[in-house]
Amino acid sequence: MAIAPHVQVLIYEGSGAAELAPARRFAVMASLLDRGYAVRVAGRGGRGVGEGALLVLGEFGGNAPLLEDAAGERAIATLDISGVEDGKVADVVDRQRGERVMNQPGMWKPWFPVIDYSRCTNCMQCLSFCLFDVYGVSGEGKIQVQNNDNCKTNCPACSRVCPEVAIMFPKYSGGPINGEPVSESGVQRQAMKVDISALLGGDIYSRLRQRSDEAKDRFSRERDASKALAERKKCLTKLAADGFIPADVLASLPSPEEIQRKAGEAAARAKAALEMQGGAEA
Amino acid sequence: MSEQTGEPRVIYCRCAYAQVVPPEVKDGVLEHLSAGGRAFEAVADLCEMSAQRDGRLVEIAGGGPVKIAACHRRAVLWLFHAAGAPLAAEGVEVVNMRTLSAAAASARLDAAEIDSAAD
Repeated sequence: MAIAPHVQVLIYEGSGAAELAPARRFAVMASLLDRGYAVRVAGRGGRGVGEGALLVLGEFGGNAPLLEDAAGERAIATLDISGVEDGKVADVVDRQRGERVMNQPGMWKPWFPVIDYSRCTNCMQCLSFCLFDVYGVSGEGKIQVQNNDNCKTNCPACSRVCPEVAIMFPKYSGGPINGEPVSESGVQRQAMKVDISALLGGDIYSRLRQRSDEAKDRFSRERDASKALAERKKCLTKLAADGFIPADVLASLPSPEEIQRKAGEAAARAKAALEMQGGAEA
Repeated sequence: MSEQTGEPRVIYCRCAYAQVVPPEVKDGVLEHLSAGGRAFEAVADLCEMSAQRDGRLVEIAGGGPVKIAACHRRAVLWLFHAAGAPLAAEGVEVVNMRTLSAAAASARLDAAEIDSAAD
């Protein structure tokens, strides 16, 4: 969901406004951040960042000043929070925000792959693996994340099959998928080339039964082909069970044949990118 | 002002869109920052900003020395990169609230020197 720019909140404690008690300042900031607002305290120096609407909060004692951006670029509103309980300030700010749309924490999670290019070898395995066209290739033949919104929340399957541990999901619970430093001794260096048709057309459940035998250490538990397969299956099943997508969209999810076709296309794109890469290096 | 004194700026990430940073750590760090007299910017979630390619990331990345209280360094560096706002190799310390205590993270934010290799 593309929503920008944000509403930024400035807590003003300068001339004409009272200084907030530290406990109140903390409580107000935490509640605003937890609603998705960026917050800064004015009167402490530093430089404000940004664009978009600015909401200035302060204990103005009933005399909130009228402010406007001298450059005429930003909408600025002031809000007197004198006497407003800590826990109610965010509600007041929400009302002031009006029709400006924001992603709501708790209702949406920023879940998408982040590529560590210091590790990525541009092997294109992620492009071949992902069923949802999250990945693409730049004009220079480099793998990149092109469709964040296509990524299925809580599915880190592509990360598990990356042979270089180059794909992170920062919101994931465990490492190295969450961005923890990669233990080189634990990296299975052999390329884990996943046959996408075997994954979806083969005997999925016998593979899953083998998983516990294959997982010998933390690293292999976190990333192996059979777990990636389970993740993929789980994602699709969950989407269906939870009703996150309508029936007609469910029906349009790739069939094994479609997956074969997509895999063929992805392989062709990957090959072209790799050839371009090879040509550039020659 | 941080620009005048040469102190690194401080960016605090609340990780508001997912609860992967221990609440007692992120609360403790925010409490420390909000009680002190130092300027800092608090953002709801760097992942959300990266997903939106928020222009503020460019300002943060291009503003000189900075300490970022968030999560793992590798994740933070490449989140900025993904948003077209690469962080400099030097002059950037990521203070990891997923692994440090609130006291240890706060101490790193207060320290004058920048540890560009910390994680």
